[in-house]
Amino acid sequence: MKFGIVVNEGPYTHQASDSAYQFTKAALEKGHEVFRVFFYHDGVNNGTRLTVPPQDERHIQRNWSSLAEEHNLDLVVCIAAAQRRGILDADEAKRQGKDTDNIAPGFRISGLGQLIEAGIQCDRLVIFGD
Amino acid sequence: MLHTVNKSPFETSTLLSCLRHAREGDAVLLIEDGVYGALKGTTVAGEIWPRKGQLAFYVLGPDLEARGLDKSRLIDGFKVVDYGGFVDLVAEHDVTQSWL
Repeated sequence: MKFGIVVNEGPYTHQASDSAYQFTKAALEKGHEVFRVFFYHDGVNNGTRLTVPPQDERHIQRNWSSLAEEHNLDLVVCIAAAQRRGILDADEAKRQGKDTDNIAPGFRISGLGQLIEAGIQCDRLVIFGD
Repeated sequence: MLHTVNKSPFETSTLLSCLRHAREGDAVLLIEDGVYGALKGTTVAGEIWPRKGQLAFYVLGPDLEARGLDKSRLIDGFKVVDYGGFVDLVAEHDVTQSWL
C-alpha cells in the first residue's frame, strides 16, 4: 500500500516527529511504499542540517536523513513555512542573499502542491502534529 | 475510519470530540500522551464506556511503556498494538483522522 506522511511539529517539542519516524519505519518494514513525507508548519524544523543535539541523545534530523538514504524517501519541506523559519536550500539562500543554506541531506524544499499530490497518489495519508 | 488521539484528555478535549464524532464501526487509537485516556478509574473513563460496543479501542504499547503505565491499568477491551499494529490499523481503514 502507498503511504503519505505529514509532520506538522518540530523536533524535540512533544512527540509528533518521533511518532512519524517510528510509523514510517514500521510501514517500510512491513513492505509498504512511503510515497512522501511532507514537513509543514513547525515540522520544517526537522530539516535543518545545523541540528546539534547532545551526543547521547537521539538525533531526529539525522534519523530522517538516514532513513531517506536507506529507502530513497522523498522528504519535502514546505517552502512558505521554511522561509518563515529560516530553512533554506542553496538556491533559496542565494536568491534571498543569505550567506549559507541549511537544508539537511535527503530533504528538499518544495510547495504545498506536493502535499496535494501525496493526498491524491497515496492510498493512506497520516498526519502527525501537535 | 481510524481516529488517532495524541493528547491527554486532561490537557485537551480532542478525545472527547473524537468520541462524540466517531461512528459505529470506527476504531480509535490512543498514542503519545493520548494513552492516558485508556486508563481505568479516571474522570474521563466514563466517556469511553458508553461507546465500547460500537467502537474498537486501541492504545500504542511503546507510548504506554514510555510513561511507565502497566497494561493492567487499561480499561477492559483496549487492545495494545506496536508501531507495526498502528500501520496495520491505518491500512485496514480507508481514512485516518488525526485529532490534533
